[in-house]
Amino acid sequence: MINFAHQQSAHCETGVLSGLLSYHGLNISEALCFGIGSGLFFGYFPFIKVHGLPLITFRSSPGAIFKRVTQRLGITVESRKFSNPETAMKALDRLLDQGIPVGLRTGMFWLPYFPSHFRFHFNAHNLIVFGREGSDYRISDPVLDEPVLCSRRDLTRARFAEGLLSPKGRMYCVTGIPKHANLKQAILRGIREVCMTMLTPTIPLVGVWAIHHLANKIRVWPKRLGHEKSKLYLGHMIRMQEEIGTGGGGFRLIYAAFLQDASEILDDKRLHDLSGKMTLIGDRWREFAVQGARICKGRANGENSYDILSDILHDCGHMEKEVLREIRKATS
Amino acid sequence: MDKKEVPQDNGVLDHWHNIQYAVDENGRYTLVPSSGWEAANIANYQAWGIIEERLSQVIEKVSAGDLSPLAYHMEKNLMDIGLLAKYVRISRWRVKRHLRTDVFRRLPLNVLERYAKFFNISIEELQKVP
Repeated sequence: MINFAHQQSAHCETGVLSGLLSYHGLNISEALCFGIGSGLFFGYFPFIKVHGLPLITFRSSPGAIFKRVTQRLGITVESRKFSNPETAMKALDRLLDQGIPVGLRTGMFWLPYFPSHFRFHFNAHNLIVFGREGSDYRISDPVLDEPVLCSRRDLTRARFAEGLLSPKGRMYCVTGIPKHANLKQAILRGIREVCMTMLTPTIPLVGVWAIHHLANKIRVWPKRLGHEKSKLYLGHMIRMQEEIGTGGGGFRLIYAAFLQDASEILDDKRLHDLSGKMTLIGDRWREFAVQGARICKGRANGENSYDILSDILHDCGHMEKEVLREIRKATS
Repeated sequence: MDKKEVPQDNGVLDHWHNIQYAVDENGRYTLVPSSGWEAANIANYQAWGIIEERLSQVIEKVSAGDLSPLAYHMEKNLMDIGLLAKYVRISRWRVKRHLRTDVFRRLPLNVLERYAKFFNISIEELQKVP
């Protein structure tokens, strides 16, 4: 049996990464993984529809953080995809028998241990398998309080979920950790990439610009879409923000935690102060969710309630621009 | 967010918690378990309200004979034709046809079995709605 210490985290991808690296002796917090992997993001893609609603995302594409962190720290990872479920499960068993904890990409809908309200067809959920018990697998799911058991049948289904971002049995494990990881350089590279994508993106649907764009759109939602549909859009946006991978407000707070860690490692007091400002941004995003939820529930119906939301979003955009510019100055 | 402000609003999380990053009294970031947040709960209940509404509409249509029971099982598992077709490895246009009552009634046993096995129910259950 693998002696794996479960640690709960806010986001599945960074949680798995931090868990696997800690097991292999590189103690690195979730927040550091998030920062080095340039996790902070904003994108508004009205032409990509999720259940008929526009894609608003607060995270970079699944797997991107993992890839960046392992590259920037010089960690070697073995990753495999499968076409046959039986082969995939056997390969997993083999690694477990060798005493190696394995990361899996799965479809949340098929994982029975989740509360029923979370079982959507979302196919980029990461978890760690660290043992077997009869026909069950011991799973350390980073977003849950404690390790859980999952039957072979359910896990196989989750690994071969179909649809958008289908995982195709993807599994990965850490094979090598450098003796002296250059943490400072990795942190700087992580920060610079975030500043670049958020402040000077290559496409205008991403970054601070997109926040303002969406803020302008929200103002006219009730006129364009009618009240019922705007409520749907709003609820969808809040779920994207606060549920699916902790999203907007949560991500800003994780980034603030990262800036605190980074200021110690880089010995730069400025980043510590900027962490405080980033906290304020996270709080502002949370305020947006609170106001939005009030409209969803019908507690705020006035014509100007969408104007208030729009103003909060513009605020978020302005604050992020200002803070990221200062961060860029501090790290260049 | 201050450590003391971390919301503890029970709801969609059942007995589980999620992690929130919050600032403690010394200004340091710590990880605080939260039993849920009202805003997120509302948004989730809204999403599930729509799903339930759609499901009850499908049940009505199935009872009226406009759709086959397969439509109910598909909707209950939050799937659309494309997704179901991928899972059972039957082409989309065939799955679409199977949503018709007359076609579904004449389906051969092996096709019914395929659907039943995928939904993890018996063939009798597949052929009716609750």
